[in-house]
Amino acid sequence: MYPENFRYTKEHEWVAAVGDAGTIGITDHAQQELGDIVYVDLPKAGTHIEQGKSLGSVESVKAVSDVYSPVSGEVTEINQTLAEKPEILNSDPHGAAWLVKIKLSAPAELAGLMSAAEYEAYIGAEK
Amino acid sequence: MINKVRPHLSQNELLVFERSSPGKKAYQLPELDVPAVDAAEALGAANVRAEIEGFPEISEVEAIRHFTRLSTWNYAIDYGMYPLGSCTMKYNPRINEVVARTEALAWAHPYQPAALAQGSMAVMAQLEAALAEITGMDAVTLQPAAGAHGELTGILLIRALLEKRGNPRKKILIPDSAHGTNPATAAIAGYAVQNIPSSATGVLDVSALAQIVDKDVAALMVTNPNTLGVFEENIIQAAEILHKKGAMLYMDGANMNALVGIARPGDFGVDVMHLNLHKTFSTPHGGGGPGAGPVAVKKVLEPFLPAPRLKRTGKKWAWDYNRKRSIGRVKAYYGNFGVLVRALAYILAHGGPGLRNATVDAVLNAVYIRKRLEAYYDLPYSQANMHEVVFSDHRQAKLGVHTGDIAKRLIDYGFHPYTVSFPLIVHGALMIEPTETEGKHEIDQFIEAMISIAQEIETDPQLVKTAPHGTRTSRVDEVTAARKPVLRWKPA
Amino acid sequence: MRYLPKSDFERREMLGACGVSQPEELFAHLPEAARLGRPLNLAPGISEYEIVQYFRDRAAENGNGFACFLGAGVYNHYRPVLVDTVVSRGEFLTSYTPYQAEIAQGTLTTIFEFQTMICQLTGMDVANASMYDGSTAVPEAAMMAVRATGKGRVLVARSVHPEYREVLLTYAKNQGMPVEEFGYDPETGTLDLEDLERKMDDFTAAVIVQTPNFFGIADQVKEAARIAHGRGALLVVVFTEAVSLGILEPPAEADIVAGELQSFAISPSYGGPYAGIIATREKYIRQMPGRLVGQSVDSRGNRAFCLTLATREQHIRREKATSNICTNQALIALMATVFMTVYGKQGLRELAEQNLAKAHYLAGKVKPRFSGPFFNEFVVKVGAVEDLNKQLLKKKIIGGLPLGRFYPELADSVLLCATEMTRRADMDVVADTILRAATPTEVTA
Repeated sequence: MYPENFRYTKEHEWVAAVGDAGTIGITDHAQQELGDIVYVDLPKAGTHIEQGKSLGSVESVKAVSDVYSPVSGEVTEINQTLAEKPEILNSDPHGAAWLVKIKLSAPAELAGLMSAAEYEAYIGAEK
Repeated sequence: MINKVRPHLSQNELLVFERSSPGKKAYQLPELDVPAVDAAEALGAANVRAEIEGFPEISEVEAIRHFTRLSTWNYAIDYGMYPLGSCTMKYNPRINEVVARTEALAWAHPYQPAALAQGSMAVMAQLEAALAEITGMDAVTLQPAAGAHGELTGILLIRALLEKRGNPRKKILIPDSAHGTNPATAAIAGYAVQNIPSSATGVLDVSALAQIVDKDVAALMVTNPNTLGVFEENIIQAAEILHKKGAMLYMDGANMNALVGIARPGDFGVDVMHLNLHKTFSTPHGGGGPGAGPVAVKKVLEPFLPAPRLKRTGKKWAWDYNRKRSIGRVKAYYGNFGVLVRALAYILAHGGPGLRNATVDAVLNAVYIRKRLEAYYDLPYSQANMHEVVFSDHRQAKLGVHTGDIAKRLIDYGFHPYTVSFPLIVHGALMIEPTETEGKHEIDQFIEAMISIAQEIETDPQLVKTAPHGTRTSRVDEVTAARKPVLRWKPA
Repeated sequence: MRYLPKSDFERREMLGACGVSQPEELFAHLPEAARLGRPLNLAPGISEYEIVQYFRDRAAENGNGFACFLGAGVYNHYRPVLVDTVVSRGEFLTSYTPYQAEIAQGTLTTIFEFQTMICQLTGMDVANASMYDGSTAVPEAAMMAVRATGKGRVLVARSVHPEYREVLLTYAKNQGMPVEEFGYDPETGTLDLEDLERKMDDFTAAVIVQTPNFFGIADQVKEAARIAHGRGALLVVVFTEAVSLGILEPPAEADIVAGELQSFAISPSYGGPYAGIIATREKYIRQMPGRLVGQSVDSRGNRAFCLTLATREQHIRREKATSNICTNQALIALMATVFMTVYGKQGLRELAEQNLAKAHYLAGKVKPRFSGPFFNEFVVKVGAVEDLNKQLLKKKIIGGLPLGRFYPELADSVLLCATEMTRRADMDVVADTILRAATPTEVTA
């Protein structure tokens, strides 16, 4: 379910990084909790974001949820598909529905995040 | 068994634009008694528009049928109980509608000379006085247009006073059980919001409050009784804690229907509060408004009230614009006068004793519902309740049925749903406020419906999960509406 | 009491079921110090007949039977009877905000029609379900522009309704939103575009203008748009006289339109309740305040409407909401919807033409102070304003608005309004009185 090569946060975001190139998304667990996602608000490319700070939000019909960045860095690309098809966040949160690509400014932050196994244990315990 | 309602036919109706056809009219203007003017000449050709594309063109008969048909697709208090918690959906006396249309009141222009507006001003003065007596406060402004607007006015008053004392401070404390307007208001007034958790019993935790209140806190915004329908038993101590640190106590008066004639915010430490005339004082909700949100204050805040203020000079009423410390205007003119007329008519009809009797009936209805339903629905907080009662769907959720489903099923039984999923401190909340408007017969039918639904959930949960079944419109796809917003009609 | 349906017998039954013998016990849990130990000091209740009489007596203390030449944001237009017929239906009058779409399609459909008509009138893409009034729509539009641009300053024309500007200042004061005013041309009464250009900067989020402006003049929206857009600001166009949209070019260059619909069958009612609107471009939808109704389908595939994009609103986003507005002016917006339906495409045009004709008839007899093109109100320099209005009152006429309170430089002038309701004979009296007053020797006490 949860890809081994991703790192995870307690706020249910994931980051996949190769060198200093990272991709950020929300987890399958997060999309399930939110229900049908109707809108995604993302920063502009070039925005500098810090770990733990809000980088945008995802909305269902009756809830808004901030997305907190798992790592610090500069946004290099945002997923344009989400503006037209926010529903893919429900169907493919770990793949096609990535949110932003980011140039990591502190790759060491990755070590502080959870592995897939740790995350699964975490959401199991949360339930 | 559903015995309150049975289906009847309702008319289909297209949108007015789809009903239109060129050349149809529902109006006739009088013959012009002055020469016609060439628009292009008078205004400049560039300023004159082409026809209003798509605008309605239907006949008078079609117009009245159009709106009458649409009206029958609504539920209304005139049909039956409307148990929305915190919304106080009570009977809207029709005499209020009649007197609001009294010619020289309804057609008074806000700028007509004061000498020709004495009656309008007297109405406002009498309402101000009545609301001051009901709330136990010293002064009232009628300018705010609705509850949230009153909140903003109230918080700006607090800010103005604190500024005069040297420091407007930084944050407003808001319990986690509060209405969403409270934090939204604080933000617009330029304050940070600090949410404070309710105690295990769902009320203000005064020992925690004493820890939190410091020199950065401008005010605590509290709803009393709170959104659980529970009177804040420690309200006087809370006020003392705040006042000792130079902070103020704001009360959201949304639930004032539980207190009129019984207890007065001015007597239990509140510095400023708003009232929702469209809740407590019976002015119609009209599908979402208009309202009026008068703000009542203690003397210390009076100099800051929005200008202009009513003033008595000799035997005449006048508007006093010379209010140097006023926060300014929150609205053009003087307030939603037509709503104020209706509220005063309500107060006159009840009189002092009658208002108290209404409160007693409102609380009796809510306590009665609680007693009769607590065997069927989980009651997360067990304190004595006042005008409303909050259950949770804890038992039903185990069978996969949630508060929203129960609410929809209630529609099939001929009732408007209660308030769903609020307050946020109760997971799966069912928030029920009957108001004094309901007699025993209607309340008993409601209780029987709720019990019947609880039983249906045990035997046929799917029936409840797919409700309503008897309405002309079934569950609406809100997800598509939000993903691909269609907010206006366009020709095909 | 007639609004309380229970008999004492029923009350006792219900109290018994609650395990309580006296109603007072229901309040026993309230702290003693918080309780009111006496009856409210309010007179006992009165009958329906006495209530009618009370308000008739108050109405008699107001002016009765005066012809009125006041406009200035509140206009004297005929209210078709269908309007009250529709809004008096209990299904509209006594229903709540349409959160439960299955049993609120009546309200939802009329709001969808309202939103559509406002778009058609203003040339905007989307309109909300109403604001409190025009005056509060202005700060809401300004805050919206701040969110949309990420800038903070607001420039507002002095020819925007003065009380609307006061409301804007009240809201702006605590938001770190500096508001600066720019002037009007003393000859034409239109925007002083040079002053606007001079005061523009790159930190300006919104330029706010009104058309027809407070002096009744169709103002230079296109030019204001060019200047605002040139520096990355949004143009907010305000209107107070909605009937003008029957004939005037819609403010299509605006980014946000903030208006007041009082002219659409909403009685003046000494200042309210009225209905405001915010309309805008599609790209700013998510920055809008207030409720929106959207089209969808129900589970059987039939067209159905529901409240939508609610995540902008206070009950969901709380302190991060686009506005704190909750209750709006739904029933008043319905009045406007019925009005727009009754007059329709031809009628609104014809109505606007009648207003234009009446005001220009009056203006033809007295010289308007400004040369700009006006709709149904205009400024006249009359000298001793109060004297003039006193003379008119004796003739059962309420004269124009004295402008000194809002514009010290116009203390010698009044704002006169004529609508389709204004009679030629009364206009003749007003013109005559003004012309006489203009020659001081002819003014007799």
